[in-house]
Amino acid sequence: MKSLRLLVPLAIFVVIVAFLWAGLSRDPHEVPSPLVGKPAPAFQLAQLHAPDKQLSAADMQGQVWLLNVWASWCVSCRIEHPLLVELAKANVVPVIGLNYKDKTDEGKRWLAQNGDPYKLSIVDGDGRVGIDWGVYGVPETFVIDKRGIIRYKQIGPITVEALQQKILPLVRELQKA
Amino acid sequence: MKRLLAAALLALVVCAQADPALDARLKQLEEELRCLVCQNQSLADSSAPLAEDLRREVRQLAVAGKSDDEIKQYLVARYGDFVLYRPPVKRTTWLLWFGPFVLLAAGGVIWWLIARRRGRKRDDDEATPAEDGIDASVEKARELLDRPEV
Repeated sequence: MKSLRLLVPLAIFVVIVAFLWAGLSRDPHEVPSPLVGKPAPAFQLAQLHAPDKQLSAADMQGQVWLLNVWASWCVSCRIEHPLLVELAKANVVPVIGLNYKDKTDEGKRWLAQNGDPYKLSIVDGDGRVGIDWGVYGVPETFVIDKRGIIRYKQIGPITVEALQQKILPLVRELQKA
Repeated sequence: MKRLLAAALLALVVCAQADPALDARLKQLEEELRCLVCQNQSLADSSAPLAEDLRREVRQLAVAGKSDDEIKQYLVARYGDFVLYRPPVKRTTWLLWFGPFVLLAAGGVIWWLIARRRGRKRDDDEATPAEDGIDASVEKARELLDRPEV
């Protein structure tokens, strides 16, 4: 009985360590989006390279697509950009770029310099559409299914692991559906 | 030129006439909303570009006649409960809301158990007359004091 009571502080310690350990492996900057599993918010925006043409979420209905939020001022966009260019070459899934709170000239120059992986980019100059999509840290990438439901959100740059283990398998699965 | 000046003056007048009651309400509301970029600052305190956008958005909604709850709902739908500094009470937040009280109650129970045990021990001590013991020690002390120095 007495030795059992000595174990109590140890048990409490183990529980605290378990909680702290779990906390260490989580990134507090990744706020889970309430939009996953919900219909993609509607938008109607001008295209970056053809300002007289527009694109709406409804235009993408019927196919699996990615929405990648980017900007020329966004430093970590440069990290993921080569991966997006590779993805575009593989021609697996159309990627729409949301040019977020950017100057169109600088956006275009940035794409000319770094390569344009997007089927097309749309211009969200004042960030209104970004708010509807719950964007708070560029870059962000959404996977949208054929019915227009958001199925996954990547916060921060896409990594090789995220692409190979989450995004691509999900895209293939959704394309089969 | 004259017209431009008049327009500028008008703009100034409109700005000066900004509704102080609305400002106060927005300030209070923004104190309760979290800036998602800096996370430990409220929307009212943050100077992050997104916070500015969201403040503008909140103001527009308020001017359009939305209630505080509707504005909060608008933000929660986009950013999740995380934007609220005061998380809603629901099943996933029960531990958060009631955990401290459970711990307090547990501490109280432990304190009561210990107090009761000590009380019982004291009662036991009092039950057996300790007078002899004390007297004996006093006697011993006196003896030691009285003993001549060696």
